[in-house]
Formats: sequence, structure tokens, C-alpha cells
Amino acid sequence: MPGKLKAKIVAGRHLPVMDRASDLTDAFVEVKFGNTTFKTDVFPKSLNPQWNSEWFKFEVDDEDLQDEPLQVTVLDHDTYSANDAIGKVYIDIDPLLCTEAASVISGWFPIYDTIHGIRGEINVLVKVELFNDLNRFRQSSCGVKFFCTTSIPRCYRAAMVHGFVEELVVNEDPEYQWIDRIRTPRASNEARQRLISLMSGELQRKIGLKVLEMGGNAVVGYLQCFDLEGESGLVVRAIGTACTLDKLSSGSAPNTNTHTHPNTAPASNACNSPSKDGKESPLAHGCRSTHNSPVHSACNSQRLSQNFSVSVPTLIFTGMGSGGSVGKEAGPLKTLLRQQTQTALEQREFPFFTLTSFPPGFLVHVGGVVSARSVKLLDRIHNPDEPETRDAWWEEIRQEIKSHAKALGCHAVVGYSESTSICEEVCILSASGTASILNPRFMREGCLDIGIADHRFEEPSPPSCGFCHIPYDELNMPFPAQLTYCYHCRRQKVPDVLFTTIDLPSEASVTGKGCLIQARLCRLKKKAQGEVNATAISNMLPFMEYELHTQLMNKLKLRSMNALFGLHIQISVGENMLLGLASATGVYLTALPAPGGIQIAGKTPGDLSNDHISTIQKRINDTIAKNKELYQINPPELNEELVGSPIPEPRHRSRLFRSHSESSDEVSELDLSHGKKDAFVLEIDDTDAVEDIHSLLIDAPPPSGFYSCNTEVMPGINTWTSGVQMFTSVRVFRLSNANLTNQGLNKIFTDLCENLLKSFYFKLRSMIPCCLCHLNFTVAVPEDELIQVAVTAVAMTFDKDQTQEKPAEKPITKGSGDTEEQLQFSMELCADSSLANSQPPSKISGVPESSNISSRAASVDYGSFADRCSTWLELLRLKAHTIRRGSVKTISSLERSSPLPDGRSRSLRSTRSFGGTSVTVVKMTPLSFLPGTRIIKYLGIINMFFIRETTSLREEGGVSGFLHSFIAEVFAMVRAHVAALGGNAVVSYSMKECVFMENPNKNQAQCLINVSGDAVICVRESDPEATPSMTNSAQSCSSETDTAT
Amino acid sequence: MAVELDVFVGNTTIMDEEVYKLWLDGYTVNDAVKVRMEGGVMEECEASADVLLSDTMDQYRTFQMCERLLHSPAKLANQLLFQITPHRQAVLIERYYAFDDAFVREVLGKKLSKGTKKDLDDISAKTSVTLKSCRRQFDNFKRVFKVVEELKGPLVENIRQHFLLSDKLGRDYAAIVFFANNRFETGKRKLQYLTFQDFAFCAGQLINNWTVGAVDHMVEDMDVDLDKEFLQELKELKILITDKDLLDQHKSLVCTALRGKTKAFNEMEANFKNLSRGLVNIAAKLTNTKDVRDFFIDLVEKFIEPCRSDRWTAADMRLYLTHYTNSAHILDTFKHQVVWDRYMGVIKSCIFKMYHD
Repeated sequence: MPGKLKAKIVAGRHLPVMDRASDLTDAFVEVKFGNTTFKTDVFPKSLNPQWNSEWFKFEVDDEDLQDEPLQVTVLDHDTYSANDAIGKVYIDIDPLLCTEAASVISGWFPIYDTIHGIRGEINVLVKVELFNDLNRFRQSSCGVKFFCTTSIPRCYRAAMVHGFVEELVVNEDPEYQWIDRIRTPRASNEARQRLISLMSGELQRKIGLKVLEMGGNAVVGYLQCFDLEGESGLVVRAIGTACTLDKLSSGSAPNTNTHTHPNTAPASNACNSPSKDGKESPLAHGCRSTHNSPVHSACNSQRLSQNFSVSVPTLIFTGMGSGGSVGKEAGPLKTLLRQQTQTALEQREFPFFTLTSFPPGFLVHVGGVVSARSVKLLDRIHNPDEPETRDAWWEEIRQEIKSHAKALGCHAVVGYSESTSICEEVCILSASGTASILNPRFMREGCLDIGIADHRFEEPSPPSCGFCHIPYDELNMPFPAQLTYCYHCRRQKVPDVLFTTIDLPSEASVTGKGCLIQARLCRLKKKAQGEVNATAISNMLPFMEYELHTQLMNKLKLRSMNALFGLHIQISVGENMLLGLASATGVYLTALPAPGGIQIAGKTPGDLSNDHISTIQKRINDTIAKNKELYQINPPELNEELVGSPIPEPRHRSRLFRSHSESSDEVSELDLSHGKKDAFVLEIDDTDAVEDIHSLLIDAPPPSGFYSCNTEVMPGINTWTSGVQMFTSVRVFRLSNANLTNQGLNKIFTDLCENLLKSFYFKLRSMIPCCLCHLNFTVAVPEDELIQVAVTAVAMTFDKDQTQEKPAEKPITKGSGDTEEQLQFSMELCADSSLANSQPPSKISGVPESSNISSRAASVDYGSFADRCSTWLELLRLKAHTIRRGSVKTISSLERSSPLPDGRSRSLRSTRSFGGTSVTVVKMTPLSFLPGTRIIKYLGIINMFFIRETTSLREEGGVSGFLHSFIAEVFAMVRAHVAALGGNAVVSYSMKECVFMENPNKNQAQCLINVSGDAVICVRESDPEATPSMTNSAQSCSSETDTAT
Repeated sequence: MAVELDVFVGNTTIMDEEVYKLWLDGYTVNDAVKVRMEGGVMEECEASADVLLSDTMDQYRTFQMCERLLHSPAKLANQLLFQITPHRQAVLIERYYAFDDAFVREVLGKKLSKGTKKDLDDISAKTSVTLKSCRRQFDNFKRVFKVVEELKGPLVENIRQHFLLSDKLGRDYAAIVFFANNRFETGKRKLQYLTFQDFAFCAGQLINNWTVGAVDHMVEDMDVDLDKEFLQELKELKILITDKDLLDQHKSLVCTALRGKTKAFNEMEANFKNLSRGLVNIAAKLTNTKDVRDFFIDLVEKFIEPCRSDRWTAADMRLYLTHYTNSAHILDTFKHQVVWDRYMGVIKSCIFKMYHD
């Protein structure tokens, strides 16, 4: 009996009225874990019951502790008929199993019902006592920490990175089990929620076991997805990176970002050292795609399945392996390094890493994006305990990825992720990552301390450009590419363009700012069944992949950039169409050559007049010039000339001069200089091509004051202020025209995405200057004629004037866009005061309750931030005092007094009237950090799955009203769980799944949402050593009021 | 081809104050979009009409979802569904409970019943406040009325605590509740010139001085009902006009004090008996509910109108009433000083407020 789970039901509030006669509710609570159930007494006739129950104790195996959620059901007692369920709360107790995470779960949880949504709240206390010795694990893996964050968590140090862990579990979907009988929505929704919760727990436990086997203690970059395969069942699968993490003592600042690579110092030397090798490979630009035989049957499956994969040609490399091209002194060491890495990695079946950013020195070279897709026909999962078929499918894909990486001269894949798209019985499995070479230090046993650099194996390349250097042999390149010497160190070869799925390494040197680049594609497909359908889809995939890639490349060039980070290509399948969406963040890497322009050429000169071509050419050139200005891309080429790094080939020299001349204004010159040699040529051979070019130019740049990217942070911006607004937006577009062309579809799809972005800019305009980070688009084809786009992102404010001080103090209270900052930290004074100034006084100005107070308020020192909090508290205390004395009804003629004291006392009273409880402010972000704050504790993973259904769609405001409230409810439940764990923020938040189905004729709709993230406690960066308890009190101003009273 | 579903949900609920105002004012989504377009928001952020429409719909939906909470504002502070800054919560509540002076003037003193609610479309047509907005304002009045009806303690404070309103708005609501409860007549043509703020001020005076609460702090309805004992005692003041000697004495005292201080002296002297009779008669009749209702109309008819026709200035009015009140203290045979002060204090300030030059 290795664990004791204890739960206590304290109280409820805002319960719904269950008894129409009395307008009240006789509520009681059932607490269930595994097969044991306890009940509280009935608290009669109240909407705010106080149960204050005893401690319910469950004695359970730790295996169950990991798998099972604690189920709290609130019911209305009914003497004569069956008790009515009000709603449920599932509490994942995993965070309590880890000594370093949360120790108690305590707080108000929304009571959730799949039909009615949130119906009041319940206050629950949960504790766990583990009394086994932690070495005796067999089936359980308590103690393994899980992180959604795809980098080494901020307050840990990676002693060792073990590598890839994966697992999947399958089960029958209760929805489909029951659908033939009379389905009661609530029962099947709840069964599904519970099942997925159980499966997630089991999956996490199994992954934990694998981690323990590998000798690790944590999973970083944990990515869990579920596939609703319909009749064939339900698959929950997860991948992650096993690590051994050491907690940094709070004394040492855990700011991994600022840690400099131990070998940064020699960087300047490296730059000056002359490069002797000057061989140039004058290869044309192009793409290589490996194309497996499009049809072959999968291992054990009786049915035919389609397999197709493509490795996206991306053009990146270093002198690695190309012995001759590397400086002599580095050669042997490199070989050694390579061998080391290889052995370290080859012990693993899949040298994959789900991380997207790395400790300094970890990533040596990047080879390019590798991806694989496979089309499968789903078959009923006959035996849930043996999910071999699904395992085998993924195994195949991973092998493919591995071999692609090898072809790029790389032995590891980083930024690795997997996804699926399902339509009826067809399923596209996709995997992608970035082929790369890693420093073996982090993977070797016995060399746990990264602090002590192992100099023998140090890479001589400077960290700011080393990762760009090609990892493969330039004489034996995997695909045609144009290599030049690194523009940063001049020593090793770099490709002309670099595509990756990872975040921009923090040490990389970048010119100008980055921007979001999207390629969008829609392709019609005939409706078909079974194998015919699968074959059709797999035949279309390579073309889609190719077109998306071409679009990306064009758009990249149009912005005068040379590298893509965070590339994510999603291909969704529907009954009659395929959707492709590629998102990435474009940047200009200083180490890579300047991109050539785009040259338009008519293939058949007779077709189109030269005038037409030159107009288009001019527009393109203008756009490039505009973009250069917009993203501040002014490569410091002159400087390099001055440094005089020797570039022996005249061709290089001339090239440099040419690009230099680009920055001059002569447009006609520019055309010529782009020449055929290094400009990207677009051929216009038919009207389609013209359309394509037009669509290229459609993408509007973000309005001034806005930037956008899909990576963790915007390259070129590092002065974040504390304004953070995370949001989720969903749009569904109905295609009414049955006879759409590919072209028409493309336009609709592109407009849909562009309009979404425009909406974001508009809604968040009060946050300017601001950057939309981690823009994560998910597309789906939920039905015929429907396109669904879901976006989750975060808007963060930054200081435009980088030299200016006190960025955080500037309240952004213009219009509607109150940032969470005001919520989180006690900055209300300053915010309110500014607002008071901007408001017409007649509206909100109140009369102070006593002149004593108002003079007090007037004396507040607005200038000093440090004093603000305490002054404010003092003010509150005074205020509270006044109220207690009851001297409130007094004179009323100080017309121009500030509304401030009023507002305060108001919120004060509001909290008091409900017994001092208040809502903790919880920030959410898809990033791994919150600007201006420091994460001091990770409390555990949040992984929640909800279903919501309605049979009164119109009454709930139609589909938009329904989904709007559901998403708001999901946010609320995530925040409540985080707050109950003692946290004040969620980092690495993501919405994995948003499946929306409607039947307006029946007035019904259903939606499934899966979200995940890491619950954390963070403190202001300026606070020296705040304890968690201090943090909590600093978090919500209402809790401050409590202490003040 | 149409956007079938379009939602945007922020972790911190995003609310545009301009759109909130349009929503409160009862604009339809399309009208609101038009207003916003004319307001020039589009240029601000290179937005298109579609963007504006989508944003407006989102905001309207958010407000509709919040409306339930705004009906009991205390819930807004500890609900979990929307993360709203305390400051913004306060703004939301304050604006939701704000009302149009034109509208409230029509409803003031009427019974907050279904009957009145049926007349809202007439009021809407008359005041050009949208029917939707009229309904919200009316429901707000009614809601506040119902809640404070059953509470003990000071009226303004109760309203502020339960609805988390500012002091100013709390007092306005107290006035509305007070007027509705006592059914003061405010709609007569003669009273049309008075603004809501004039009445609200008077209500404040009455609440603070003439209600039960002015004497005892912990009674039910203490601020809503007038002090019955006091109203009885007011009958005693009749002696000032029924006793001829007292009346003459009073007149001569006032006239002595006023002589040479105002241009309107002759009129004051000539009208003294009439005016004094008017004021004292009002006092004596207040025991009848019917006459309480006519309190303001009586004040206007019996005092303000005669003075106005004699072209008194506001300063004249002050001067006259001050001496009129104070001189009564010097009358040896007049024994009701306390009641007189309690009565005249309120009458004085009400008349000051109601006497527009």
C-alpha cells in the first residue's frame, strides 16, 4: 500500500438553482478515486454550501495514483427521485507525487458539466502521503517530472540529455461504442473525458518508466496528442525528451540564456583566421525529395496502406565531415567529436529530441528540415492491449526521418514533433524535425557537469554562426545547394538558405527583425473510399509539399531573409480537399549570404507582354525594398570589407559588391545585378503562375507597431515589457460554392488566414508596440465545405526605444487593452491614475469618503515604483479603518477628487462580502517564460481534456456563442487548477486539439478541447528571493486587501 | 461563402470601452459597426469593415456573457470565468449602472412595476434613448430597489456595498429608490424644468434629515420612509400662520432684517404672508401620503413660482429664506424650534437647488 490520498470538501459557491420550488439546492458531494467512493452530508437549501467534510482517505497503489484522477461530483439531493448531478471536477494528482512540485492542492475549482458548462465552484483540499521507498518502482514512475516546455526548464540544469521517449495507448471510444444504442450525451461525454484522463495518466506513467530505465528523472518537451479515430478507436500518444535535471539552488540565477558558452572567447580569433579552402560548388538551387514507392503494404496489416514520405530539401551545412574544407587544427578533433556523438547517439534507436532550444554549446550544426508523411487506412483496433499496428506505423515514419537525417550528414534530429490528420478512415501520419549534429557532452554518461567544459571536443566555430555551418560533405551533398563561406567567421561553408523547426539559438547573430511567414495551400480532391482515397491522397502529398516549400522560399526572398525557424507544416485531410499550412519565422542570419532577388521570366515570350512582366518585376522589387526597411535588414557588409577577411575568389568579391549595390536606389540596376546566377527565377508560363505571384504579394505586412512570429521570441527584439495577453481564436469558414477551383480555394484560405491576423492586430492595438509570439495555427476540415482555423498565441509588449529605462512602469491603459500586468502586480495606482486623467470625470469620479483619505491619496508617490505597493497597502488599511468606524456618510463636495479611493474600497468590500476569498490572477503563455519575471518553481504538468455539448445551440448564442463560452470555461478551469497548485502562471500552454462539430438543424453542437502546459510560480525579476508564499500574496491585489483588513 | 464561426478569447478578457458604451446604449451590432467606422477606428490599425464587424460581434458576445454577472456585481470579483482586472471590473459595473438623465427623469417617482415597463417604448420614443437601453436602465432601478428594500442600515451604503458603485452613483440610486418608494410626483409640466440632479440633491436632503434613519441607524427601511413622528410634529408649525400676532411679528422681524439689502424688498414684504402660509401649509399636510407625493409640486406652486414672477434673484432667495428661518427663533411664543430647523433646513436647501434664475 504505497500511498494514501486524502481529500477534503470544504465548500461550494454560486451553485445553480436545482429546486425550482425553493430556488435553492440541497447539494452533496461524492468523492471517487478508483473504485472507492465517499460522500459528504447533504447541505440543505443553499447555493453556497459549507460542507467542511472530514478527510476522505484512499489507500491506493502508486500506479493508480498516476493513472487515475480524483473525481469530485456535486449532486442535488432528491428525496423522491434520483439525485441530479450538478457537475464534476477531475483533479489530476500527479503534481503531488513529485517531491519538488506542489505539496497540496487547495482551491476553488469550477464545477463542470458537459451539457451546461461551469455551474458554480467547489473548494477542495487534496494531499498525498507516499510511504514506499522510491526505488521500488515497478509499474509506477512517481517522481519523474514532466515538462511541456521544449527547452531546459528555467530553474533546472541539464546534467544529461538521454533522448527520445515515446509511448502510445489505444482504447475503444465510448462514443462509438454506444452510438448505436440510445446515446445519452452526458454519460458518453463523461465516459470519454474520464477515459482520456485515465489513458493520459497511464501514458505518462509508462513514459516515466522508460525514463527511469534510461536513468533520467524528467521528460522535457512532453507532447501528448490524441487521435479520435472514430469507429476504430481512440489513440493517446506522447513523445518527449528524457533528461536528468538538477535543480539549481535558488541562489544561483538560473538564467540559462545569459550563460555564455565557455568557448565564446575564441570566437573573434576564429573569425580572423584565414580560410584556405576556396572551393565553390556552383550548384543550382533546388530541392531534393526522397520519394518512397508510393504503394506498399504495411507490415502486419491485411489492408493496403499507402506510404509516402518526403524530406524537405533544405539547405544548411557546415564543414563537418568535409575534411579538406576545415581548418587543419580542427580536423582530427572534429572527427573525434563526430565519432563520440555518433556512438552516443547510435545506442539509441531514435536520436530524436523534442526540444526546440538548447543549452549553449549543445547544438553544433544544423542540417535542415527532415519530414516524413504516411497515409494509412484505419482499421478497428481489435485488442487494445496490443497497439502494435499504430506502433509499427510510427516506427516506420521515425526510421524514415532517421534516414533523412543521415542523408544530411547528421546523426540527430532536434525540434522533433509528430502529428496526425484523420478523415473518416484515412489517416495521415506526419513527423518532422531538424537534422543536426549535437555536442556529445550532454549525452555521455559520467560527464554530468556542463559547467566544466571539455575542451578537447570544443567546436572551434563561434557560437553565433557555428550552427549554420554545413554538417555534410560538400563534395557529396544530399541535394543541390549553393555554398559560400560563412559571412561571420569566413572559415566554413554555409548554405544560402536555412530551414529549421527549432527556435533561433539565443547566441545566433541576426540582422534586423524577423517576421511570420506562412505558405497556404488548398487542393481539391475527389471523394473516394478506402484504398482509392488513400492512394489519391498520397499521390497529392509530394506536390503539396513541393508547392508549400516553393511558396515559403518565395516569401522568404520577398522579405529579403535567408533562414526560417520554427517551421511547422500541417497537412489536413478532408472529404473533398487537402489543406496545407506552413508557418515559420523568417530571419536574416548574418552568417548566411544575402538572398538574391526574385526574377520574373516569361517562359513563352509570346504569351505575355514584356510590359506585364516588368510591372510585376517592379512590384516585387518594390516589395523587397519596402520589406528591407520594415524589418531593418541592413547587413553590415561594409564592415566586413573593412575587417578585410580574405575571400580569395573574385566571384565572392563581386557578389559582395553586388549585394552592396542592392541597397542603393537604382532599381533598374538591381534587376540586372540579380542576374541569372543567384537570383531566384520565377517563370510565368500560364495564368496560374500569375495568380501565384499575385498571391505572393497579397500578404500584408503587420501594421506599424506590430511584429509577429511563431517562435518563442521575436528575433531582433529583446526589450520585453511585462504586458502579456494570451489568446485563442477559432474561425470556421463555409464554402458555399460547390464548383470551386483550386485557385479560388487558395484565395479563400489565404484570405481566411490573413484576415485572422488582421483581426488580432486590431484587437490588440492598445498594446502597441507589441509582438505576437508563438502564433500557432491549426487547420482542419471538420466537414465537407468547412475550413476551420484555430490559433493560439501571445501578444507581448516591448519597449520600442531600447535605450529608455523603466519599461515596465509604463502602464498600457489606452482603451480596452488592459494588460494582465495590472492584475498581477500592484500597479493599479499608476494605472488608475492615468485612467482617471483620461476619463471624463463625470462618469466615474466619485466623492471620497473623507477628506482625510483623499489627502492621503494625493500624497501617494507616483514616481517611485518601489514605494507604490506599500503606499497602496497603507492606503487600503486606512480605508478599511474608515469603513469599520462607519464614518462613511459624510460631506460630499470635493468635486475634483480622484476616484481612486473609491475604487479601492469597492474592491475591498467585494472581497469581504464573500469571506475574504479572492481569485488568484493566473497568467498564461505559450512561451516557456513570462517577460519580466523569473520562474522559481515548476508545479507540474497541466493536461486537460474537456467535452462540451449543447442541445440548445441557438439559445446559447449560436456556434460562436457556444464555442466562445467553452473556450472561456477551459481557460477558467486551467487557471483554477494552477491556482489550486499554488501557482500563478502557465507556461508552454498549448491547445492541442479543438474538434468542433455542429448540427444546426437539430440545434446541437459538440466540441472537444485538449490543452496542456506547465504550472509555475514566477516572481518579478526584480524581487530578490521571494518565497512562494510571498509570491502568492503579491499576486492578487484582493489577497492584499485581505491582509490589509 | 461565409464565416460561420468566429471567436476570440483572451486569457485576460479584452473589452473595448467604446464598444461597451455602444452596447449599453442599445446599438445593434451593425449600427455599432457604422458608428465605429465613422469614429475612424479603422485608420488606426489598417482594419477593414470585416475586421470591425468581427471584433464588434466578439465584444457584444463577451458583454452578453458578462451581463449575468453584472446583475450581482459582487459575483464579478470572485467568478472564475473571466479574468478581468479589478479596475476594469469597477469600470464595467459603473458603466452598466450608469443611466441617462433624460430617461431617469421620465421614470423618477413612478412605481417600478410591470405597468411602467410597458410604457418604456413611449419613453424611448420621447427621450430617443433606445428601448434596449431603457429596459436595462429600468431593470437596474428595479433590481437595486428590490435588493435594498429588505436591508437594514444606511441606504446609500447598502447600495454601494451590494452593487459596488461609486459614491456618486450610489447616491443617485438612493434618490431613485427613495423617489420610487414615496412616489413623489415629478412629471407635471410645472416640474419639467428640474433636472434629475436637482431631485437627487433634494432626495439626499430628505434622506439625511427627514427619514427614520436620520434618528435611528438600525431600522429597516430607515432611509426610505419619512419619519412619521416628525411629520406629526410638523402640524405644530401651523401656529406660525394661524396665530395672527405671531405672523405679524415674524413678518416685521424678517422685513427689518431685509430692508435695504435687496431690490426685491417691496415684493418680499407684500408677499410675506402668502409665502409663509404656503411653506407652513406644506409642512402641516405632510402626514397625508397624497400630499407627500405632491411635495415638489407644492414647493414650486406655493413658493418658487410666486418668487419667480416677482423676479427674485437666487441671492434674494437665499437672503429671504435665511432670515425667514432665523427670525422664527426670536419669536418668544414659538416653541417648536427643533422641528422648525429640521423642516426649514431641508426646505431651504431644496428651494435653493430648485430655484433656477
